Amino acid sequence: MIPVLSVRGLEKRFGAVVAADALTLDIPAGQRLSLIGANGAGKTTFVNMVTGYLKPDRGSILLDGTDIGKHAPRRVAQLGISRSFQIPQLFVELSAAENLAVAVSGIGPRMSLRAPAEAQGRRGKSVELLERFGLADLADRPVSELAGGVRKLIDIAMALVRRPRLLLLDEPTSGVSAEEKFATMDRVIHAVAPDAATIVFVEHDMEIVSRYADRVVAFYQGRILADGVPAEVLNNQEVRRYVTGGLR
Amino acid sequence: MRKELHPLVMIVLVAAVTLFGRVLPTWTLSLATVAASNALIALGIVVLARTGNVSFGQGLFFAAGGYGVALIANTWGLTDAAAQVIIGAACGGLLGLVIGPLIARYSGIFFGMLTLALSMVFYGALMKSTALGGSDGFNVGRPSLFGMSFTDPREADFMLYAVSVIVTGFAGIAATILFRSEFGLASLAVRENNLRVEYLGLSANRIISINFLIAAIFAGASGAFALMAQRHIDPQFAYWTTSGEFVFVAVLAGNQSVAAVFVASMALELVRSFSNLYLPNTWQLVLGVFLLGVILFLPRGIGSLWIRNGRRRRISTTAPLTAERGATP
Repeated sequence: MIPVLSVRGLEKRFGAVVAADALTLDIPAGQRLSLIGANGAGKTTFVNMVTGYLKPDRGSILLDGTDIGKHAPRRVAQLGISRSFQIPQLFVELSAAENLAVAVSGIGPRMSLRAPAEAQGRRGKSVELLERFGLADLADRPVSELAGGVRKLIDIAMALVRRPRLLLLDEPTSGVSAEEKFATMDRVIHAVAPDAATIVFVEHDMEIVSRYADRVVAFYQGRILADGVPAEVLNNQEVRRYVTGGLR
Repeated sequence: MRKELHPLVMIVLVAAVTLFGRVLPTWTLSLATVAASNALIALGIVVLARTGNVSFGQGLFFAAGGYGVALIANTWGLTDAAAQVIIGAACGGLLGLVIGPLIARYSGIFFGMLTLALSMVFYGALMKSTALGGSDGFNVGRPSLFGMSFTDPREADFMLYAVSVIVTGFAGIAATILFRSEFGLASLAVRENNLRVEYLGLSANRIISINFLIAAIFAGASGAFALMAQRHIDPQFAYWTTSGEFVFVAVLAGNQSVAAVFVASMALELVRSFSNLYLPNTWQLVLGVFLLGVILFLPRGIGSLWIRNGRRRRISTTAPLTAERGATP
């Protein structure tokens, strides 16, 4: 069976800094994979390369067997990879529903220059997505007035609009209080479930990792240090020394 | 949420304003014609500004429309006002179609300066072109409408007024529909975060290019009106001060209301005319004081006088066409 995402010998350097060093990784459909690593380990560079924001110096990125390594973010999104951001990237002057409406307008052959953005069908789709995250009552609130955790969820909801094959979440619980982090993650998992997307999430919180990931990949200095089930990776001596030790 | 006017109501308003021209004094007719023409090009600037980009070189499309119409009128004797507006819009649009995609990848001050530079290149070329009359330009004949000639100056002025009000009015209705559309919403999104727009699978460059094209079409049509009103064209159409004046109208209006663009254009023309009449040597001073007053007391533009809706206020605070923006950290 062809993996949803397959990277082969991925390399990326910024001057003398090696951000990705011969990364090779297969992610099968339906998996929930967590990327862990200290700051500067290469997790975000990996996400940026997979989503087309950075071009790899060497290596290939295959989505369902198709090379997407040279595509721009727009094309990558159209092909089925969506992402959310560590700092939510929202249109803060618009309402929550309008943010979703912008994402919805990206679906289909072309945007309408006449059809109102608030048309029933489009609004319905936006509100349905907000409902999945338990945010329907905030639909008409401007994003600038919403709390950080809510913004995070809207950012993820926007990434879900295209029903992606692969969903990349960059630190979905960062900035969320310790009491709310599990509830937030539960909401995300619940909301993503209907689309059965494969999920890759970057995370620094090992409790979140061990509770929600099927598989963990630990990065260190642009390399993969360990790859396996959470219990195995999180107990790996090198991971404890170079990754989780540094994070705790 | 504020109740928006239905397009049919707007059509009735355009018809009413057109008929109102019948009772207006003659001097007001020509003033209103110029105001409507300037409002059309300023409306294009507002359309484009919703993507976060301000063009300081709309004179390029204004001149392209004017020269295109003038050349066709003098070569083939085409004097029909409606046809001239369409030709002007087509000339501006064609140029916008070529330049838009090239310039859409730039933003902010680079975008503004590039548009300014292109208009000045065109200005320079027009100045050197003897075939187009060089710095003196050339004259064109009186416009007709659907085979009717207007020898009576009052009727000729009313015809121009009516055509300019109808065309600008319909452009305003189209812009209102566009602002409310999903494309209009995506344009606002581009202004806020164009990279996020790309990550959603949308092309920010395409959205900017389409808005640029619309602004160029409006500018080209406006150039045709200016030509019909003056019956003369020269390179001044493409000069940077001409472009600056249209940006003035757009700033004065703010981007909260399409109607504000028309009011701002008319207000500017009235202040200019009266100050020119009563203070011929210091009219620029009066105009400057008027602009300062608007910026001080209506920092979100004239449109803020009747738009008090919260959402629109929020949008305006980050809009590039408001005086307040400069104060935003």
